[in-house]
Amino acid sequence: MTNNFKHIQAAHCETGVTTNLLRGIGIDKMTEPLAFGIGAGLFFAYIPLLKINNGPAIAFRTLPGRIFSKTCNSLGVHIFRQTFRSKEDAQIALDKRLAEGHAVGCQVGVYYLPYFPKQYRFHFNAHNLVVYGKEADNYLVSDPIMETVTSLTSYELERVRFARGALSPNGRLYYPVNEYTVSDEKIKNAIKTGIKSNVFTMLTIPGFISGIQGIRFTGNRIKKWRDKLGLEKAGLYLAQLVRMQEEIGTGGGGFRYIYAAFLQEANAYHNNDQLLRASETFTNAGDLWRTAAVQAAGIFKGRIGSQADFDVMGDYLLEIAAVEKRAFEGLSKIKWR
Amino acid sequence: MKKEEVPQDLSALGKVTTEVCYATDGSGKYTTEQSKGWDIKITALDAAWQDIEKRIATAREKVTNNEASPLLFFMEKGLMDIDILAGYTGFWKWQIKRHLKPGGFKKLSDKKLKIYADVFEIKPDELKNMRP
Repeated sequence: MTNNFKHIQAAHCETGVTTNLLRGIGIDKMTEPLAFGIGAGLFFAYIPLLKINNGPAIAFRTLPGRIFSKTCNSLGVHIFRQTFRSKEDAQIALDKRLAEGHAVGCQVGVYYLPYFPKQYRFHFNAHNLVVYGKEADNYLVSDPIMETVTSLTSYELERVRFARGALSPNGRLYYPVNEYTVSDEKIKNAIKTGIKSNVFTMLTIPGFISGIQGIRFTGNRIKKWRDKLGLEKAGLYLAQLVRMQEEIGTGGGGFRYIYAAFLQEANAYHNNDQLLRASETFTNAGDLWRTAAVQAAGIFKGRIGSQADFDVMGDYLLEIAAVEKRAFEGLSKIKWR
Repeated sequence: MKKEEVPQDLSALGKVTTEVCYATDGSGKYTTEQSKGWDIKITALDAAWQDIEKRIATAREKVTNNEASPLLFFMEKGLMDIDILAGYTGFWKWQIKRHLKPGGFKKLSDKKLKIYADVFEIKPDELKNMRP
């Protein structure tokens, strides 16, 4: 049971898992921002009627699993993914892959994850980690958001793999099947595909709840929250927005900084000034998201709370929407060589 | 965000592990910087937990006044909602809604009580004879 898996800490769980797994099969050039950008991870969506933990359902990234599959697809890496009905089958399958020498990515729920501090354990099922070995009853676990590797007993692992609720993992495991090396040319092409795909998800997807339109929609909604929900509940909604934006796994500023870092790395491959300019704009967008978070904190701390304060908060989001729209339009106009 | 501006306010997570943040160095190039946490995030999390504490207190009161069954208290305590509880127990949502009422709860068989108790990691007795 040996594999040359190496744990590297990352900002976000899925990109971290993707990076570590791909490095494990021989793609040494893979970095977290590259995985995020090639996987077209940047997103925004607000689903008005859906509630998560009694708050609004807001996402700053695409659905779990998509970054991994998209990145591997663009690079031509052959992957294996499976979910299970039975807990026994799930464990047998995992043991088998480990015995074959694979490091295996698993989707897990956070609520029963023992090494997380209690305050962070919600019923949130889109967390990812890598199982890279087994010693007696203990699975060796690399959780990309942790500094070091940890371990889980087979019971603990089974429990988090079969967490229930929204987006339940159903024991999902995934891994790249073969050793693989990619040329710079391939990464170059994958970057192009990733950016194009992200431009599409943010600018052209129809409907008003996702992409740039979604940010604008949320901004306008926030202005109405105070009257509609009452000050206290509106504050809780804003707290949820801030948590989705900043909490462990976003790299800060709702993934905007990772994306800016990705565009800088993309420039190393493509040598195009427009990428650098877009990168700066996304840094601005990230800063704006954080400024908005400070404003929101003022409201849910109870320091401020007039309608004018909610208007300011909503206007921040409208401003962000305008900034990001400009950035993506710049990206969409790039003439790729 | 510049590297020096990455906040370092110790959070509950910061005691276990620092987080990776992406920030720019002096020449505007992106690099990573470890962060112990951010004040804004800590208060956001605190706000969420205050709300949870409140929900648990309300549930406790409802159980005392016989407006709801003990199931509601333990459900809130486990941060669950009916969807999640249905997932873990295998019951239908309409069944759980019925069990959340005192009348429906009284009719529960020992077998079903045990299923609930196992999910909440308590003894069936504690669930049945909850003294709020």
